[in-house]
Amino acid sequence: MTIAEIMPFSVLLPLIGAPVCAMLPGRRLPWLLCLIVVPGSLVIAGMTLDAALDAPLQYAFGNWPPPIGIAYRVDAANAFVAVLLAGIATALLPWARRSVNDDVPDRQGPFYALFLLALAGLMGITMTGDVFNVFVFLEISSLASYGLIAYGRDRRALLAAFRYLIMGTVGATFLLIGIGFLYIMTGTLNMVDLAERLPAVADTRTIDVALAFIIVGLALKLALVPLHLWLPAAYTYAPSFVSAFLAATATKVALYVMLRFIYTVFQPDLAFVILPLAPILLALALAAMLSGSWKALFQEDAKRVLAYSSIAQIGYMVLGVGLVTAAGLTASLLHMFNHGLIKAALFMGLGTVAYQAGSVRISRMRGLGREMPWTFTALALAGLSLVGLPPTAGFISKWYLINAALDAGQPWLVAAVLIASLMAVVYVGRVLEAAFMQPRPTDAKAVHEAPLALLLPLWLMVGANFYFGLDTRLTVGAAEAGARALMAGSGG
Amino acid sequence: MTTILSLFNYWAVIALMMVGYYCLIAHGNMIKKIMGLGIFQTSVFIMFISAGKVLGGSTPILREGVTEYSNPLPHVLILTAIVVGIATTAVALALAVRIQEAFGTIEDDQLSEADPEDAAGQ
Amino acid sequence: MSDHAILRVVARLVIPLFMLFGLYVQFHGEYSPGGGFQAGVLFGAAWILFVLIYGLDTGLRVIPEALIYNLACLGVLLYCLIGVLGVALGGHFLNFDVLWTTPKAAQQAGIILVELGVGVTVAAVVMLFFTCFVRRRALNKTGADTDQWREDNHDHDS
Repeated sequence: MTIAEIMPFSVLLPLIGAPVCAMLPGRRLPWLLCLIVVPGSLVIAGMTLDAALDAPLQYAFGNWPPPIGIAYRVDAANAFVAVLLAGIATALLPWARRSVNDDVPDRQGPFYALFLLALAGLMGITMTGDVFNVFVFLEISSLASYGLIAYGRDRRALLAAFRYLIMGTVGATFLLIGIGFLYIMTGTLNMVDLAERLPAVADTRTIDVALAFIIVGLALKLALVPLHLWLPAAYTYAPSFVSAFLAATATKVALYVMLRFIYTVFQPDLAFVILPLAPILLALALAAMLSGSWKALFQEDAKRVLAYSSIAQIGYMVLGVGLVTAAGLTASLLHMFNHGLIKAALFMGLGTVAYQAGSVRISRMRGLGREMPWTFTALALAGLSLVGLPPTAGFISKWYLINAALDAGQPWLVAAVLIASLMAVVYVGRVLEAAFMQPRPTDAKAVHEAPLALLLPLWLMVGANFYFGLDTRLTVGAAEAGARALMAGSGG
Repeated sequence: MTTILSLFNYWAVIALMMVGYYCLIAHGNMIKKIMGLGIFQTSVFIMFISAGKVLGGSTPILREGVTEYSNPLPHVLILTAIVVGIATTAVALALAVRIQEAFGTIEDDQLSEADPEDAAGQ
Repeated sequence: MSDHAILRVVARLVIPLFMLFGLYVQFHGEYSPGGGFQAGVLFGAAWILFVLIYGLDTGLRVIPEALIYNLACLGVLLYCLIGVLGVALGGHFLNFDVLWTTPKAAQQAGIILVELGVGVTVAAVVMLFFTCFVRRRALNKTGADTDQWREDNHDHDS
């Protein structure tokens, strides 16, 4: 079998695993099944990336050749995102065991089934070459995430899930409207085919409206300011494992789909001309970076700090897209990957704190740094990566972003990046200051260092942040290849 | 006049879409929001399906004496989208039931009082 | 509602017809309008009508909830299994041509099997929706709230 023939199994493994997982009793078996399925998916995604760096891979479902059937079409950009998704999921699983036991005390089969479905949905979005298939997988992953968020032990998790559901469904329906317009005008749903047929009808208002609907719908899923309102509550009240997984993956995939629509389906000369997309994206990116960081400064809940920080970091990624250069796109893809690592590490750290201390409110973390030195040192190091200090992964992507902004002749954007990074110093510092500098309240209950089962995966993730800060061959190489593949459009 | 009439399916879609969207935004009651969401999604389904109609075309089943068929693909797509819509509605209703149990209300303004930190962000 | 004679008699008449029609839609799905989704909903609706008249306990004696839940999963698995069978026999995922010798029969066999999975899942899921909502209401009436919430509003240890 060739790689192209194995490739779809990185989606199918979790998809088939989900119903099996849902039937498994107890708490250990579902987790063990995930531990087989998810790394399997990662291995296949890795092999796919390796092959896709040379030439795009294609797989026709049911042997119906595209554009009749649904086909997966994977180039360096999709494969890069797929590796990120499966990699984060794999790295989170060893840590998940304890944390999920705490958050989901009884039967865990349905919980892990939803997790596998969410993963399968996200992987499907990245791999598929069919725009309607994007919608279906988007809804699979979204519905699974609503369920996962509602597992949170705080009753406000239900509200967060409901509000996310309303906004997420509106976003997905907007995407569906856009896809409908594209289909009405071209009669095809295959991305490559759409790219060929769109220029002929590009001057119609229908196509303008289609692009607008698709961008707005995806911006909702992406939580781009001002459509970010669902995100803070969802990430705050979800179980720790779910927060870490969604924060590291879900918004990245929405950004990838946006890139795919702009670059492959509409082609940049169309997308950036019929709508003033570049200035809009730049303005929203700046608003996201500054308002997200600003809001993060005043939160009382450490998870909420990270949630607002995520909104700001989405701004960085969109900034790279708004520059409309290959360098900007590379920086954007790179930050997608690195921010996945950063947020996974930070949310794992906070999840570890929540597991031991029962709360991640900043006021209740006072003095915990001395009780749990390993956990909080890991958090501090991951925080350095979030701020963007060398030698961390966060530094690399910011470095590329700043260079891209300078190359594009927009040096004032560098100032915005630096201001947002300074604010990151403050909001990360606030959490760490409470933990390390302030005394533990005398009446607080005793808290001990977390067990090794939680610490080891956490430190591995922090280690990854430093590894990808020092050895950038894999990430930068793949991001550059991904940017090239996107820029080449459907022809590449 | 003829353009308005010949595009009446789109007018119906727009009307439904606005009704649904208005319900979604204007009402604080979660069940009404879910209804609005349903109407909103249905309008998009109608848009797809009416686009698949070929004037004079028959049902897309291969048989003798018929050469023109309506396009079946939008129906298949929308069947999928309807399933997605049902799943969404079911999840939304399930959440609403549990919110009612946990908070004793499904009115948004009363829920915001129970949750000031989120209300500030909205 | 068990004392309403008219309802009981009509239901006894109608429910088998519902199910028969469900099966008809199911097994004609490969070359005429129909298929697993519609058939599954019809089948599920027949069971729901039964529960509305005879009560949930009787309905769950016909088919236990654990079985409904597992059927929902097994239906998806059947679908995937047929898909993987295509790969195992040397084709692509959901490739039906390799299932049989003649292409027409192969497509029919593949679609019938796949739609069977869809039908089972949809019927089971529709029944599960109904069961979950109905039972929730019964639970609330008895006041047996199972949710244990962890509130984390307070900035100070109390």
